[in-house]
Amino acid sequence: MSHLIVAPIILPAVVAAFLVLVLRHDLTSQRIVSMASTLVLLAITIWLYVSAAEGAPTPYLLGEWRAPFGIVLVLDRLAATMLLLTALLAVAVLIYAIAGWDHRGQHFHPLFQFQLMGLNGAFLTGDVFNLFVFFEVMLIASYGLMLHGGGARRLRTGFHYIAINLVGSTLFLFAVGLIYAVTGTLNMADLAARVAQIAPGDEAILRVGALLLLLVFALKAALVPLQWWLPSAYAAAPGPVAALFMMMTKVGAYSIVRVYTVVFGADAGALADIAAPWVVPAALATLALGAVGVLASPTLLGMVCFSIVWSMGSLLLALGLFDPVGLSAGLYYLLHSTLSGAALFLLADLVAAQRGRLADRLVPAPRLPHADLLAGLFFVAAIAMTGMPPLSGFLGKLLILDATWRSPLAVTSWVILLGSSLLVIVGFARAGSTLFWKIADRPAEPAEPARSIALPVTVIAGLLGATALLSVFAGPISRELAATAQQTLDIKAYVRAVNPADLALSRGAPQ
Amino acid sequence: MEILVASGIGVLTMVGLYLVLSRHAFPVIIGTTFLSYAVNLFLFVMGRLEIDKAPIITKGVTDYADPLPQALVLTAIVISFGMTALVVVLALRGFLETGTERVEKGEPQRDARKRKAAQP
Repeated sequence: MSHLIVAPIILPAVVAAFLVLVLRHDLTSQRIVSMASTLVLLAITIWLYVSAAEGAPTPYLLGEWRAPFGIVLVLDRLAATMLLLTALLAVAVLIYAIAGWDHRGQHFHPLFQFQLMGLNGAFLTGDVFNLFVFFEVMLIASYGLMLHGGGARRLRTGFHYIAINLVGSTLFLFAVGLIYAVTGTLNMADLAARVAQIAPGDEAILRVGALLLLLVFALKAALVPLQWWLPSAYAAAPGPVAALFMMMTKVGAYSIVRVYTVVFGADAGALADIAAPWVVPAALATLALGAVGVLASPTLLGMVCFSIVWSMGSLLLALGLFDPVGLSAGLYYLLHSTLSGAALFLLADLVAAQRGRLADRLVPAPRLPHADLLAGLFFVAAIAMTGMPPLSGFLGKLLILDATWRSPLAVTSWVILLGSSLLVIVGFARAGSTLFWKIADRPAEPAEPARSIALPVTVIAGLLGATALLSVFAGPISRELAATAQQTLDIKAYVRAVNPADLALSRGAPQ
Repeated sequence: MEILVASGIGVLTMVGLYLVLSRHAFPVIIGTTFLSYAVNLFLFVMGRLEIDKAPIITKGVTDYADPLPQALVLTAIVISFGMTALVVVLALRGFLETGTERVEKGEPQRDARKRKAAQP
């Protein structure tokens, strides 16, 4: 097997250590090394995606310890897709940050690389406890990044953010402990076999552990009623950091898919599909609440944050069906919402910087410098996020509607998804009118020293261009994602790849 | 013995949750610390409570205590220790920056106004 499977974890880790130990006082060198490393990471993930598309899931045995005794990384289509998306987003966000954000505090680039390490590790690992460890790596880096730039508001919101995640981590450990107590293993492939054979007496404990784990992932994915931390945390974070955080909610969604297909999926015996009754209703509630939040927000950033909550509702509505059509639709929408959400965060940051003390409050202001350009970008980004033609949000939403058509909650899903879409459209239309069309009749107050916005605008346009490409190449991409969905739901292939039959046969009956 | 350990973990969890819901930073931090203690003990006993079993591979011995939960709990201890240190520093910094350790939004302005009004 190729060692490139572990490279998405090792490369950022080594580069981060190098940046903080050797280059801590030289921002220019930090930028060069960080950018080069991220581009290399992008190349590696492209290669991994191509190799994953060829065949069965590929395990990587750390230290050459066989599963389930050692920690195993697993590269399959789903993991490779997430890695590639992470790398693309990282390149865009890093370019934006280099345009100015990275010198407003200490250690932006090392923390950025550690964040990539945690994200990539979460997508690659095939072990539940190792997933916890990578969650923590990701979260620790996110705390530092969120507080980048300082300020009283960031410190206060940061305290909330850290406290809620500490509680989430504790719940994660409780869940892991319960699962280990009754199965004796934490390797996902091994768990798949053990869960199916669980003794009736242990079923209740395992059920509690499974649902507790779902709670943890739902918190990460901002599912109602666990979404309340996201709007304040992401609104307080620096713009490029909030854009990168788009990937963190996707980790929650990915974890739900991975654990509740491989471990608690269709073959899990008494606990088969244990998450299914919960995810779709929670997603519908998330859609409704996110849309109301979009209408209610008095600031652009707050509105963008609630639209992220809303898009997570759409995403998990599709993923929560746990079938090939829903998974395929969800993955397409996932690509779209990550790119458009990141573009919106960067754009909100750019608009706020142009408006002086008014920042991103939705009130009329003197005419912005570069108003036409920013208005155009906002228009496209709003179309993308709300899911209107011709951008990929519309196709994604259409795929989700099609996927939910055969489910028991079809009518409810359609009504809530379409109704909440209308509310989000109204919210964005109103915000755009207020920000760019209404002009306050007073002289412009001095904003930040005029700085070129060419690089930030290029990044935002690039992200929105990516959603256009998603739309133009929707056919081939959908076929790829359908194959990914099929492979993800092929639990036997996953288990066979990670846990060879000869090892399973050599083990006695479960104790 | 099982009921005693389970009750202890339950009480630690209960106290931790109560403190985490406080309005001030310091009790929140202490609450997360209690939750960490609870979950560390919880993980430790997930390998079952045993007496008279060998912890390390020994010649002639066939009964062993489960070592894996001990490894897991070590990892959890290190992570929660680092997190607690971070959140303490953050709370201190927040206090120095805003003049209050209350965690709700909006309070600092009123507190600041009172403090300014109280100054001679």
